[in-house]
Amino acid sequence: MAAPVDAVGEMSNSKQLLIRRVVGYTVLTIFAVISLFPFLILLINMTRETNDIQKGFSLIPGTYLFKNFKTVLGNHDWKMLNSLKNSLIISGLTALLSTYFSALTAYSIHVYDFKLKKFLFTFILMIMMVPTQVSALGFVRQMASWNLTNSFIPLIVPSIAAPATFFFMKQYMDSALPLEIVEAARIDGSGEFRTFNELVTPILKPAIAVQAIFTFVQSWNNFFIPALLLDDKNKRTLPIVIGIIRSADYASFDMGAVYMAIGISIIPVAIVYLILSKFIIRGIALGAVKG
Amino acid sequence: MKHKSISYAKWGYIFIAPFFVAFILFNLIPLVSTFYNSLFENYLARGGLVQVGPNFIGLENFKTMFNPETELGKYFGNTFVLWILGFIPQIFFSLLFASWFTDLRMKLKTGAYKVIFYLPNVIMAAAMGMLFYTMFAQNGPVNSIYTSITGKDAYMFFDHKWSQRGVIAIINFLMWYGNTTIMLMAAINGVDPSLYESAQIDGATPSQTFWKITLPLIRPILLYVLITSLIGGLQMYDVPQIITKNGEQVQRTSMTVVMYLQKHLFSKNYGLAGALSVILFVVAAVLSLVVFYVTTEREPKKKVKKG
Repeated sequence: MAAPVDAVGEMSNSKQLLIRRVVGYTVLTIFAVISLFPFLILLINMTRETNDIQKGFSLIPGTYLFKNFKTVLGNHDWKMLNSLKNSLIISGLTALLSTYFSALTAYSIHVYDFKLKKFLFTFILMIMMVPTQVSALGFVRQMASWNLTNSFIPLIVPSIAAPATFFFMKQYMDSALPLEIVEAARIDGSGEFRTFNELVTPILKPAIAVQAIFTFVQSWNNFFIPALLLDDKNKRTLPIVIGIIRSADYASFDMGAVYMAIGISIIPVAIVYLILSKFIIRGIALGAVKG
Repeated sequence: MKHKSISYAKWGYIFIAPFFVAFILFNLIPLVSTFYNSLFENYLARGGLVQVGPNFIGLENFKTMFNPETELGKYFGNTFVLWILGFIPQIFFSLLFASWFTDLRMKLKTGAYKVIFYLPNVIMAAAMGMLFYTMFAQNGPVNSIYTSITGKDAYMFFDHKWSQRGVIAIINFLMWYGNTTIMLMAAINGVDPSLYESAQIDGATPSQTFWKITLPLIRPILLYVLITSLIGGLQMYDVPQIITKNGEQVQRTSMTVVMYLQKHLFSKNYGLAGALSVILFVVAAVLSLVVFYVTTEREPKKKVKKG
């Protein structure tokens, strides 16, 4: 079914190819427009006034960008700036911890021989697909009993055990980290921990960078667990604020400000993505495992 | 390694330890505790004023969960419908685009398209949900275009079961087709290029090449994409939660299993939440085992048997 456009009968090869390319570019461009359309609406409506937005859709930007921005920042119920800061802290530290310890775990499996190695490796692969939600009940209650409700620790520290990141690192090491390097470092008298920190992590830089981005984005977008743990207004992350905007009496809101709030939540990530996109897309193909 | 590595074994354990300490503290113990909770009567009655339990009641919570009145089947059904509505177009277009992108004869410039197609995947799902909610709302841009073309009143997308589900499916599709396209491209690029060359010499049409060479050879990865997507679908939460205002809209016809779990967790209904978690765990575990089987089978180049 995917190929009716391909079956173009008996024509001269070049003409047939031209038709296929025109059809291809047309369909691809339509999908590119569909994919970008929501963001275009977002960008335009961020600059418009509520009344204008309600009147109808327009492709012409308005002049309310800064006013909407001020309205969002001034909303003491949303505390957008504070939430932005919280999201940055949590996602940044999560990316750091997760990539470092995943690399260390993968290094352990890649370089050393020990009795439980095979078992532990298989075990990590098996837990890779277990959804976090199934242990959410025990997790939330345990954090409450440790007085960690409204703390960022339960959102950051557990990322030390990230099976998908580990798996990516392991695959990368298989192709880019020959054991001879480690051997040579030993002969030079380097300690095992120092070898990892000073010799191995620079080699792993591309993998660490790709996974740091993925982990950051995942943490930035995380909604389920933070919403169960953080109920202090000052501790909220961005997705929680989005949830609050939606749950409140929607009709009463300044729509320009709602679009602005959505924009603040997604534009930083979108910009980082566009800058690093080549890198990221290569990373997805390499990993072939969803984070 | 030529040298005996026994003397280094302890470093293996030291380096792998943080992972397992974190895993045990934050995953395993909570998981066991979740299972344990499923055996107890434990909830807040009378609007949160009276704490009932915890009292050991064996498998009663599971009986309640499987009781038709609980409508657990409905929530699993909703989850599946929302997933499949997004997945069918996703796999169709991803296959089409992946085969175009890897077709050397077509010589398409693919870079920008890949970047754009993948973009929605990095966007916060909750924000995507909110954005689409505002877009399809009564006085949102979609309805303003609709009313100006047809002259009819605005269509209430979130008052009807299938239009609400449709919007959720569109978001899921947009968020994931780029990712699947890139994964399938990687799979097709892994196919021995000499097969395509000889097919071309033998005069095979592009569609013949696709059906006879590409599709059979990437079948294990297709299966992998299918099941990981199914596991992802099982966890669907952010988008429908935002779109449907915590699931209640249109008689809970878009409430997913995890949204239902969240509802119990939020109201501190721990016994039933525990039982539901166990059920979810079993379903996910079965699917994960299939993934595990498929991915480990892929290495020795054995073909996965058709059912």
